[in-house]
Amino acid sequence: MSMTLSHVCHTYSQGSAFEHLALNDINLEIREGEFIALVGHTGCGKSTLVQHLNGLLKPTSGTISLDGEDIHGEKTDRRALRQKVGLVFQYPEYQLFEETVEKDISFGPKNLGLDSREIDRRVRQAMEDVHLDYEKYANRSPFDLSGGQMRRVAIAGILAMEPKVLVLDEPTAGLDPRGRDRILTMVKHLHEDRGTTIIMVSHSMDDIATLATRIIVMSEGKVCLDGTPREVFAQREKMDEIGLGIPEAARLCQALRAKGLDLPDDLFTPEELHGAILRLWKEKGGC
Amino acid sequence: MLNNITLGQYYPVDSPVHRLDPRIKIILTLCLIVSVFMIHTLLGYALMLLFVMLISRLSHVPVKVMLRGLKPLRFILILTFLLNLFFTSGETLWSVWIIEITREGLRQAVHYSLRLIFLVLSTSLMTLTTSPIALSDGMELLLSPLKVIHFPAHELAMMMSIALRFIPTLMEETDKIMNAQMARGADFESGNLLNRAKAMIPLLVPLFVSAFRRAGDLAMAMEARCYHGGEHRTRLRVLRIGRNDVIACLIVAALLALIILEGIFVPTLL
Repeated sequence: MSMTLSHVCHTYSQGSAFEHLALNDINLEIREGEFIALVGHTGCGKSTLVQHLNGLLKPTSGTISLDGEDIHGEKTDRRALRQKVGLVFQYPEYQLFEETVEKDISFGPKNLGLDSREIDRRVRQAMEDVHLDYEKYANRSPFDLSGGQMRRVAIAGILAMEPKVLVLDEPTAGLDPRGRDRILTMVKHLHEDRGTTIIMVSHSMDDIATLATRIIVMSEGKVCLDGTPREVFAQREKMDEIGLGIPEAARLCQALRAKGLDLPDDLFTPEELHGAILRLWKEKGGC
Repeated sequence: MLNNITLGQYYPVDSPVHRLDPRIKIILTLCLIVSVFMIHTLLGYALMLLFVMLISRLSHVPVKVMLRGLKPLRFILILTFLLNLFFTSGETLWSVWIIEITREGLRQAVHYSLRLIFLVLSTSLMTLTTSPIALSDGMELLLSPLKVIHFPAHELAMMMSIALRFIPTLMEETDKIMNAQMARGADFESGNLLNRAKAMIPLLVPLFVSAFRRAGDLAMAMEARCYHGGEHRTRLRVLRIGRNDVIACLIVAALLALIILEGIFVPTLL
């Protein structure tokens, strides 16, 4: 399952006074099994791009294809596309509507026309994936849950469609540290054990540094950096120029190097930095 | 982008007419409505037309935009015209088979249609040049003497402003929820009426939940800033009657006087 975007442009309110070019000639190749972090400032076109991936928005020009097939082609089944590419919006808990958690999660699978046994299996699986106990929560009203739990129910609603590609638009926004960790662990698990391709919009460079296999940096509707975290965070000047910055660990590492410590210049996770400092300390004959 | 959505008819440009005190505009509009009903002859309508064109020029609102307000009324206009034309008894002008047109019929048809057109046009003059917020401000001040009999003028105006302020927000919200449910395979477009109504549930429930939540948040934020109704509240923008307001009053008074004179002195021919 790979996606190709070629020369994708999107203009909002074309032809009116409010015309706004949100995406400007985007060319991307998304391969199976990647964990892509999409970063950039508010209004840089991330959310617009994300909505193109499952066909909610149609590019003004350019094409998007899934496994070589144009997703806006005449033969393409929109519903099948949305099943393959699951999209979790920002603050997805505001979309809950059913009386019980179970019913809400089964909304997606029901729309796919699955039989009740399959729906039940998927609901249980999805709840397990988001670490919600089926026995305890299935029959509760989603509106009685905490913010973090509601968000996990909403994500489970997408997972129950068993998408091959999971797109998450700032899944941890507004959550406490524990809620954030839960979501990130869950996404990591889906990527590693299930082989789901992940595309995650995020503002936290630290989260991205430890999770993503590839980072796409967007600015003013264009892709301006695209590569592994190592490659992207090495471009410190460019990241600073866009105003995004680099992870705390990378910043600390650079500060230490400036003080004369002999550290490699491509460390960006706390674990790596920790290891390197320990090694250096031992070499110098620490106790 | 959504800040730019124009609510209702408001035509957002700057002009002396736009800057008029909303209270004066409301009162003058009432005067215009009264004067439309006092017109007896075509000469009066010509006067009215002249006035509308004058305001259009002064307010920088093109006549085309003003006429747009008539569009939803076109069927009612045609119906009024035809009914009056064919079903008024009087001196026959012209007849074919059972259809006959009378002098009185023609007169009434023309008059009623013109009356409707000018009623819409004269209220459009106000709604096109006054922002909804200014309008509700004006309403509040005009209704405030009724506070003596415990009429909740301030509360009504506040409700109106809040409702207006939330229209774009809720529209954006609807769009978001719709997209999110479509991402879960919801279908809002096909199926029979019953299915389509059912398909609205996943849209309406979250929309209401969020509207209530926003209402709660807003109430909290207002109370946190010590809002407790209209008593002793001062205003950020104090409305003052200026020179232009006086001029506007004089123009409308002149129009009203001319129409009254026309009613007395010009014979009603047609």
